[in-house]
Amino acid sequence: MTATTPATAPATTAQPRRFRLRLTRNRKARAGLLILAVYAFVAIFGPTLVTHLLGQSPTAFTGQVLAPPSAEHWLGTNQDGVDVFAQLIWGTRSSLLVGLIAASTSTVLSVLVGLVGGYYGGVLDQVLGAVTNVFLVLPGLPLVIVLAGYLQGRGGSIAVAIVIGVTGWAWGARSKRIQTVSLRNRDFVTNAKLMGERDARVMGAEILPNLLPVISSTLMLAVVTSILAVSGLEFLGIGDVNTVSWGSMLRQAQERQALFSGAWWWFVPPGAAITLLGAAAGLVNFGVDEITNPRLRVPRAPRVKGGRA
Amino acid sequence: MSATTGVAPVQTAGRRSGARGGALRVIARRCLFYLGTAWAAITLNFLIPRVMPGDPASVIITQLAQRQPITPETEQAIRALFGQPEGNIAQQYVDYLGELSQGNLGLSTTYYPQPVWEVISTGLPWTLTLVGVTTVIAFLLGTGLGILSGSRPGRLADSVMAPLATLLGSMPYFWVGTLALLAFSVTVPWFPSQNGSDLSLDPGLSVEFIASAIHHAVLPALTIIVSSIGGWFLGMRNMMITTIAEDYVQLAEAKGLSRWRVMMSYAARNAMLPQVAGLAISLGSVVGGSLLAEAVFAYPGVGYLFYQAVVSLDYPLMQALFLTISLSVLAANFVADSIYVLLDPRTREA
Repeated sequence: MTATTPATAPATTAQPRRFRLRLTRNRKARAGLLILAVYAFVAIFGPTLVTHLLGQSPTAFTGQVLAPPSAEHWLGTNQDGVDVFAQLIWGTRSSLLVGLIAASTSTVLSVLVGLVGGYYGGVLDQVLGAVTNVFLVLPGLPLVIVLAGYLQGRGGSIAVAIVIGVTGWAWGARSKRIQTVSLRNRDFVTNAKLMGERDARVMGAEILPNLLPVISSTLMLAVVTSILAVSGLEFLGIGDVNTVSWGSMLRQAQERQALFSGAWWWFVPPGAAITLLGAAAGLVNFGVDEITNPRLRVPRAPRVKGGRA
Repeated sequence: MSATTGVAPVQTAGRRSGARGGALRVIARRCLFYLGTAWAAITLNFLIPRVMPGDPASVIITQLAQRQPITPETEQAIRALFGQPEGNIAQQYVDYLGELSQGNLGLSTTYYPQPVWEVISTGLPWTLTLVGVTTVIAFLLGTGLGILSGSRPGRLADSVMAPLATLLGSMPYFWVGTLALLAFSVTVPWFPSQNGSDLSLDPGLSVEFIASAIHHAVLPALTIIVSSIGGWFLGMRNMMITTIAEDYVQLAEAKGLSRWRVMMSYAARNAMLPQVAGLAISLGSVVGGSLLAEAVFAYPGVGYLFYQAVVSLDYPLMQALFLTISLSVLAANFVADSIYVLLDPRTREA
């Protein structure tokens, strides 16, 4: 939720591979990517490992209620006597999945709007631009809450994820439109047009590949912001309240007054998981900013007063 | 808002004749855009109950009928606001606008028989004060620290504050709120855990009430500031670093101006512009964040009302709140946008 929006990368778009290379070479971005990779690993393999190695389940009663962390229950148990660590790991999977669905939805929409508007220009571009601006200034969370309020849990978390995607594409569309505008008069695009290629093909085969670096980095950030949004909704009790996720864990802890029973192990871990994930995305964002704006690359050694990189 | 955020530096506003007129023209154009957006919000509000699954009008009528028999006029008004499965959609739109223009947003089903606008008007002062004050504090504090940090990038203060801001900005509002409750309400009982003021006091301008209201607002305000300050800080820091490398800042330094003067009058003044533009856009997310914070602290603002409306399926209240929040965010956006146009002469040329 930072105000710093992913900077666009006009200079790097022509060389997708080099952009990716530089992203892994940037220290901050590398740290962020590493954390994201750990989350992805936990989401994919974690639940299996927890079930088979630790023998814990995210829903089963363990016989102990509100037990503090121990060798057997790494993060203790909650008021229903369920292992919190198992819930956290399963929650990683469902939270990441929902975030991925929401982010994919918003990314597809933003690419469509940005690409079509930027490519054709004219009235179509102006209309799409106006729609984009409207979605940019309408407050997102209240809109999502109203829509989810009507869903009443119909369609489960996936429906909520799609709602988040449908309301959150505007920023991406704007940056992709700018990219497309800068590309549409390049020689290779003109060439393809003169060869008589259809517009759809020019957009899909000539321009889209050049947008990929921007798409991939914004997709990653969109996954994280979507997870934040979904957790907020689940915390409010909107959406599918029966799935085990970070948001629903926090909601349960709040409802059952975990605060007042001192069960910190119940509500600190899910919040910390969300925060660390958000920080990882922030680091990647930092790295992207440093790559696209070389002035931001700060040398580590203290500098002479007023010195420049 | 415009795409010209901080590209070429324009050091001082060269006030040519007609610059003011240009500003007015741009503001008039922005005004038109926001009116259009307001219309879009009103229309969305009309479409949502009709497009989404379910028949909210029937739900509302059933909810109300359980309390007391409802008159045909009331039923008709509800149908006009929330839709009927059969019937001409254009006619429905006209009816809806008609109800809206008379200020009729329906009756709240949870606070029956209060009209929703009455319910909302009890929450508005709380939220406006809370969000208004916290936004200003977070903006000033974040921007100020950003100037400090960005004027000496890589130094100790910067290398501590930048990662810290990233971390703070990643903490979800509702979790920060929960932690604040744990620390300052449960462990150390300094602040109350819910409500906007001592319920035994009558709201008014008495010293007692205001003191109690401030006491109750500390934790929600702290939550919003802590969660939103990171964004302001990072935005300003990055713009500052970019700006101090500009020729005119180097020239100012070479002239031997004091460091303070160079940083404030030359660098920060220009680096600030995107912050003001950012203010407009992030207002929407501040409102969303305050919604979550209010839910944690049971703070009696519009966010908490919204939360209650969704949980108890109070569609009239929910719709009216969405409309109110959207329109207020748009109005605030318009103000922030206009300030930006007055501050940055480049926006008037386009």
